[in-house]
Amino acid sequence: MRLARTPQNAIPHLVIEPTSGWKALDLADLWRYRELFGFLVWRDVRVRYRQTVLGAGWAVLQPLGNMLIFTVLFGRLAGLPSDGIPYPLFALAGLLPWTFFASSIGSAASSLVGSTHLITKVYFPRLIIPAAAVVSGLVDLMFSLLLMGLLMAWYRVIPGPTLVMLPGLVLATVLIALGVGMWLAALNVRFRDVRYLLPFLTQIWMFATPVIYPASLMPDRYRPIYFLNPLSGLIEAWRVALLGSTNNGQFDWPSLGISGSVGLLMLVGAAYDFRRMERSFADLV
Amino acid sequence: MSPAFAIRATGVTKRYRLGGPAELNPTLQDRLIGIGNRLRGRVRIGGGEELLALDAVGFEIMPGEVVGIIGRNGAGKSTLLKVLSRITEPTQGRIEIYGRVGSLLEVGTGFHPELSGRENIFLNGSILGMARREIVARFDEIVAFAELERFIDTPVKRYSSGMYIRLAFAVAAHFEPEILLIDEVLAVGDAAFQKRCLGKMGEIARQGRTVVFVSHNTAAMLNLCRRGLLIERGRLVADGAIEPVIRQYLNGLRIATPWDLTRCDQRAGEGRVRFTRVCFEDGEGNPVEQGVSGQPLVIALEYQGLEDIALPNCRVSVAFYDGLGQTLFNCSSELVLRDPIDLPARGTLRCLIPQLPLSQNQYLLTLFLEVNREVEDWILNAIELDVVDGDFYGTGRLYADGWRGKGVLVPHRWQIS
Repeated sequence: MRLARTPQNAIPHLVIEPTSGWKALDLADLWRYRELFGFLVWRDVRVRYRQTVLGAGWAVLQPLGNMLIFTVLFGRLAGLPSDGIPYPLFALAGLLPWTFFASSIGSAASSLVGSTHLITKVYFPRLIIPAAAVVSGLVDLMFSLLLMGLLMAWYRVIPGPTLVMLPGLVLATVLIALGVGMWLAALNVRFRDVRYLLPFLTQIWMFATPVIYPASLMPDRYRPIYFLNPLSGLIEAWRVALLGSTNNGQFDWPSLGISGSVGLLMLVGAAYDFRRMERSFADLV
Repeated sequence: MSPAFAIRATGVTKRYRLGGPAELNPTLQDRLIGIGNRLRGRVRIGGGEELLALDAVGFEIMPGEVVGIIGRNGAGKSTLLKVLSRITEPTQGRIEIYGRVGSLLEVGTGFHPELSGRENIFLNGSILGMARREIVARFDEIVAFAELERFIDTPVKRYSSGMYIRLAFAVAAHFEPEILLIDEVLAVGDAAFQKRCLGKMGEIARQGRTVVFVSHNTAAMLNLCRRGLLIERGRLVADGAIEPVIRQYLNGLRIATPWDLTRCDQRAGEGRVRFTRVCFEDGEGNPVEQGVSGQPLVIALEYQGLEDIALPNCRVSVAFYDGLGQTLFNCSSELVLRDPIDLPARGTLRCLIPQLPLSQNQYLLTLFLEVNREVEDWILNAIELDVVDGDFYGTGRLYADGWRGKGVLVPHRWQIS
């Protein structure tokens, strides 16, 4: 299906034909539905903590709780190193992007199946459903960044100039979550196994990512492979951006480059694959 | 240059696989087995039966035309609408559309119970394809149409079902794309509200917008559409002025097959006399497949005795059950005739209901025959009667879906003193 490009004010001309194989991303079509995307994000945010006593407090409590558990288990008992940073700060700086990523891919994975009533009744680019699920998680990230700020004040850690990279890192995290999330969402339409696979995937992925331990723990010869995990380079960079003091306040550009390129490849691949699978969603879901 | 047509469909075909891997949400296991079989050269043939939901359907609709698509359930009308509104792709064929298309396959799509009426208007409007500024511009009108000014900031989960539907309709009624595709959305809601929606649709049609309308409501269709498309088993079988198309559709419903009861073994009684066939007729004696609320219905029962002797002192009855197995009422010869009847050894009994007092639904009929105080034949749930809504009360009002006690219609009057 495609919408022929027409000049402004001309009558839109739509051709509906069976398609097969790979097709164009058609970003113009996505752009046309930006308002709906906005409304879906807004809906998810509005509904997120309705009828909960603590409301948005959960956005803070989840990373806080995890931080405390990890501090006791890994910081104290296991004595994992933390690049010279107090372990709670170290863990929280990794947990912020990780929690966002894990919960985003979780809600994205179930987003299409949960929107059956929309998919079978109205046309719009299906991509905006998992995208809205990922983006609406940003609200939680903002709240937990406040928590990070408080904790940094408590430990009297002042962020360095590296903090200016933070918006870019947030964007990169969103894009990687989007790539993984839409892939899982599309697969979940076809194979409901995804729902059962996801908790394992998330767990394994967390241990393969420097969330509770520093990447410096990794022997040098494994580092190139280690940073093929797009989150590895990214989460290390989050720490540098927030805390400054790791790695002498220097971003590890080669690692970030490898991780970023892999993440970008995944995003583009997922977008094309999603487009390819999208046409059968209404029949399968 | 403006094109001659608004919609042109050529050879539109849609095939579904039944019971195949594509249908039943296969797990990875199925998929891996499938791949394994393919690798070993074992090809799973088709993976199930195929259903041809649309079979080379072609038509052209001019700008400003209001076209009704009719057909029985499962004929392919809704599939056609889904293909036209890009929800699902055709398997073959091509459709060209000039103009901004909007489809209403349901009212209240995407309503969220936790959100307020106000928020849902924006969300639903946006899902339908309205721009934010359009919704803002029509917001007050929508609220007034739904008559929900006081509750507009209440979460819709606190709404009654009537309020919910009014709000959903109000948004839909203010959705005005150049080409509007509508599926049976008028089949719900109370009658007064339906009428206002039809009025609103008539307005849209008169504004020169193109409307494609799928419904069972032939009366509404006669009112709104000039042209009709009749679909049967995925094929377009008639395309022309609305009246003859509707007549052809209604005639099609009339080809009734009598139910053969001779092989029915779920029956009790002595069995010296058996019901053999049953069929329904309208008031003029034409066989029909469905009953219509408020219209005459005849249940014709053929019976046959084992021996060629007259049957004295008979009682016969037809009991109506709803889908949950509750008895609704019983039409018994014992109630309406002073004396028991004497029957010949074989023949046909006709039970005439002058005004069928049932609303749209499926009902089950139990047949009973007693000869000389002995039960001869008793068939529980022998046949199903499909009833479609008709004007039982002569007011054009229907018993709404949401009302309790939908089923039996009782004639009644109100007096004011």
